[in-house]
Amino acid sequence: MIEVRIHGRGGQGNVVAAYLLATAAINEGWHAQAFPAFGAERRGAPVVAFVRIDHTPISRRCQVVSPDFLIIQDEALMNIPGITEGLKADGGILLNSSKDSDSYSNEIDGKLVLLPATQLAQQHLGRPVPNTALLSAFLELTDLLPQQSLIKSLEERFKGAVLEKNIALIKAAAETITDNPWKMTINA
Amino acid sequence: MRKALEGSQAIALTVALCRPQVVAAYPITPQTHIVENIAKLVADGKMDCELVSVESEFSAASLVLGAACAGSRTYTASASQGILLMSEVLYNIAGLRIPMVMTCANRALSAPLSIWNDQQDSMAVRDAGWIQLYCANNQEAVDTTIQAYRIAEATELPVMVCMDGFTLTHTLEPIDIPEQAMVDAYLPPFNFARALDPANPISIGTLVSPDHYPEARHSHHHALLDAADEIIAADADWQQLSGRSAGGLLSVSGPDDARIGILTLGSIVGTLSDASDLYTDLPATKLINLRAFRPFPVDALRFACSGLTDLIVLERALSPGFGGIVAAEVHAALAGMQDVPRIHSFAVGLGGRDIPLEIYRTLHRKIDAAEPGPFSIIDVERDRLPVEDHGI
Repeated sequence: MIEVRIHGRGGQGNVVAAYLLATAAINEGWHAQAFPAFGAERRGAPVVAFVRIDHTPISRRCQVVSPDFLIIQDEALMNIPGITEGLKADGGILLNSSKDSDSYSNEIDGKLVLLPATQLAQQHLGRPVPNTALLSAFLELTDLLPQQSLIKSLEERFKGAVLEKNIALIKAAAETITDNPWKMTINA
Repeated sequence: MRKALEGSQAIALTVALCRPQVVAAYPITPQTHIVENIAKLVADGKMDCELVSVESEFSAASLVLGAACAGSRTYTASASQGILLMSEVLYNIAGLRIPMVMTCANRALSAPLSIWNDQQDSMAVRDAGWIQLYCANNQEAVDTTIQAYRIAEATELPVMVCMDGFTLTHTLEPIDIPEQAMVDAYLPPFNFARALDPANPISIGTLVSPDHYPEARHSHHHALLDAADEIIAADADWQQLSGRSAGGLLSVSGPDDARIGILTLGSIVGTLSDASDLYTDLPATKLINLRAFRPFPVDALRFACSGLTDLIVLERALSPGFGGIVAAEVHAALAGMQDVPRIHSFAVGLGGRDIPLEIYRTLHRKIDAAEPGPFSIIDVERDRLPVEDHGI
């Protein structure tokens, strides 16, 4: 089972990101589950969502406590104590940041991949919504699901200009990733 | 068709398949997405029903009561404080023996204010006279909603379909939404024998004097007891059509010869089931998932508990000043049985507290003692209690 914890702020499409990833996996024939851990729901507040993907049906309903991967949509959340808590020893952190990874401690440096997702979103959507760019990069890094599965799950949720701009955005985000250091298979 | 759906979205699609003629609901977290999705289906012309905006849950329940009296198939949904505000009408709907279906997106009650999941809301209307069915996952919630219409209309009793708020309503997972033709074949159009008809006037809801009140209660009580057969039949027939059972009165998993049992309601069972696969060092355990809470399935429970030395009742509500609500009923149901198991009573996950896999180990540790201790809330963190309560 692969478990992902997505951190963001209310308004960044955190829950939508979790739903899109699980939908992409389900459309590829896998079993998946996505759910939020809401706090008081309001714009700007830290929020968390969870995704599980497996080759067999998923029964458990508990929160993800030891994720394989973290996707962090707002760099400032890295300052919150415990944000990386429970991350598996060989796990990875995908962080929305336009800095370089030298800004972070050695302890997490090796696990960290940075993507300037807000910048990319501004370019392609005209809005600072980083979620789909991060998902696209995540699929490249892990080679977990084809990009086409993400496009398909976007098509189920969006249409028209929003859909087209998001497709352009995820293509641009995928191009920034040249390697798949977090290669995973769902049967593993 | 198997699709990636949020629980609420799946329920809205399923309600549409059941072809209600009148829907009225007032939004409340975590039920809101169900009503929003129904409103969207109606606005998009994909659902042909009268959707009435109301100003409160009291009005929502009153409106569907009136519409059902006029012979309409109806639907409403609520949670938490909304259920409490409806409660006067809920008793009326059941006492008048009006068939209808509602979803309770289970949520804690105030105070303290909590928007998160437990089952105190539906437990608070336990005695309203509704059938109550609890769902373990979103597929069961879909299948149970369809079955609920058939049960309600066959028994002339209202059915409350209880699904854990957030844990199910806000979880996206693969869900099979049946074809319209399958639901149509299973659920014929509603034909209410006592529908109000100006050509043939009757009164519904009149004053009943002491000459007849006890008889009305007797009939209602027995109608609920007898509904057990219809709940079983509705599930068996649905299984024949769809290939899936939603759990009958209760469902049992785990080895037959297990000496320890855990009884729960709702979505906890999935976590316990995964935990029992993981923690193989712990004794074999039978998981009993109580789907029908009203009517209470005494015989099925006795059968499921035969051979157990210990039964843990794990519930997500309590009766303050007494303890476990379900546990008290389990005690009563098993009393007089040969070799009654020792019953251990715990509440867990109140107000949305996460229920981790490790709860399974904690439960096994708790029952090592010679005699069951008193009821407790098993996941209380002592250091979070007010200082003056540290000793209790």
